[in-house]
Amino acid sequence: MTMSFTEFMQHLANGISLGSLYALIAIGYTMVYGILRLINFAHGDIFMLGAYLTYYAIVFTSIPWYIAFILAAVITGIIGFLLERIAYRPLRDAQRITVLISAIGASFFLQNFATVVFGGRPKAFPIPQLLNKIVNLGGVSINIVTFIIPAITIGLLIGLNYIINKTKTGMAMRALSKDYDTARLMGIDVNRIISITFFIGSFLAAVGGIMWGIKYPQLMPLMGSMPGVKCFIAAVIGGIGNIGGAVLGGFILGLGEILLVALLPGLTGYRDAFAFILLIIILLAKPTGLLGEKVTEKV
Amino acid sequence: MLKIDNVTMKFGGVIAANKFNANIKKGQIVGLIGPNGAGKTTIFNVVTGVYKPTEGRVIFNAGDKEHIISGKRPDEIAKLGICRTFQNIRLFKDMSVLDNVFVANHLRIKSNVFSSILRTPGYRKEEKEMLEKSLYLLDRVGLLKERNEKANSLPYGKQRRLEIARALATDPKLLLLDEPAAGMNPQESSELMEFILNIKDEFDLTVFLIEHHMDVVMGICEEIFVLDHGELIAQGDPEAIQNNQRVIEAYLGVE
Repeated sequence: MTMSFTEFMQHLANGISLGSLYALIAIGYTMVYGILRLINFAHGDIFMLGAYLTYYAIVFTSIPWYIAFILAAVITGIIGFLLERIAYRPLRDAQRITVLISAIGASFFLQNFATVVFGGRPKAFPIPQLLNKIVNLGGVSINIVTFIIPAITIGLLIGLNYIINKTKTGMAMRALSKDYDTARLMGIDVNRIISITFFIGSFLAAVGGIMWGIKYPQLMPLMGSMPGVKCFIAAVIGGIGNIGGAVLGGFILGLGEILLVALLPGLTGYRDAFAFILLIIILLAKPTGLLGEKVTEKV
Repeated sequence: MLKIDNVTMKFGGVIAANKFNANIKKGQIVGLIGPNGAGKTTIFNVVTGVYKPTEGRVIFNAGDKEHIISGKRPDEIAKLGICRTFQNIRLFKDMSVLDNVFVANHLRIKSNVFSSILRTPGYRKEEKEMLEKSLYLLDRVGLLKERNEKANSLPYGKQRRLEIARALATDPKLLLLDEPAAGMNPQESSELMEFILNIKDEFDLTVFLIEHHMDVVMGICEEIFVLDHGELIAQGDPEAIQNNQRVIEAYLGVE
């Protein structure tokens, strides 16, 4: 079976757009891991909350959709900040496994909370008219959102890169992820930096959730769990703790998934399995991930 | 300035420090010596807040009022004016030499995250001052040329100097140096002694140092504490310590 060039371009565009969604969510995992060495299992559910909050902001208020988007992302960021305050900070000095279990608990809580409050029945995401256009490019029909998603992602990545490399907060984040204890001894207020990290990660996840809602306009309380796992995998593939790695892993996973289904339609049912197989291969071949550094523990 | 009051530090059944007392006055250079495993670094870790002592307390007074610092967080203690270097160098490895020093200015910066993202004039002014200060400190330790290199690419001796520059960037009143002369030859360690004396005067510091090089310890310390197996076995000026029978036994063994 051969594929025409235009078809291939269509799949490629789709893959890039899914990949950039994965990248946005994977950043949250990797930033938190970089500083706290914690896998924030509730991150996928934060993503879900971002999508739902947008739904409610658009459907139940008369504010314009773009304000609703920003508002929902900011509130989701604040929820992420509260999540850390309530579920993780009290356990700061506990063993790592304890915090991990707390993260799993927080994830279950958010999923069930969403089921009770938002209802278990799927909701249709209200897509703004402006973003719901099909454009025709040289015979390829593509929804305009397929281009908007990578564009917004790149914009956010530039912003994030700026914060991390050019602001004092970003510098403190880097120092903390290099050497947590030394950074504290050099006077860096760990709690503040961690709060900011959770805000940023959750904000990005919410933006991911909103764009996910536009691309796949069906909201469910458990919608965060599979993308959550996949983005965690993306972060591991790229080298967890490394932001560039999370972006790379996100794109590899998104493109890989779409192209797998496009080139081998018979394997469509194995789409999710692809992510896990890729994870296993990476863990066997390069356990620190593609861009991860070898960690040497000094005595 | 610093009062270590009856501090005991236990790790399970191991007593790393037992009822340790020390009183350091402003402007002094005080040494802490003892054989390997005597509990010297443990004392530093208690003072800087890495460990919370099992018993006893640590009181710090930088001239304003007395703060009980045992039990406080490391960043709070750093803010009060205590900073340190490490026995096994702990720089932020992949960051540049300049960034290593710059980041340690962090706690003295008043502007918040939003002003730093928006680059308000206030933040830019502050950033400029911090940059100038960082460059000055690098110049002071002779690392200005290497400012854009990665910290872990520097040779060992320069990494030690960078650690001191980084510690100075936090504006400490009390500087804790954990084996600053480790791995240095006699020429380098005598330069180091001179350097410590200079920065002490210039930055109005009190210095508390752990060292194995006896020429350094005896050369610059006014007072010396000797630890062995977590116990304080002697205390006094260099001459008294050199002639102290228990110290000689601790180092050389009993015949």
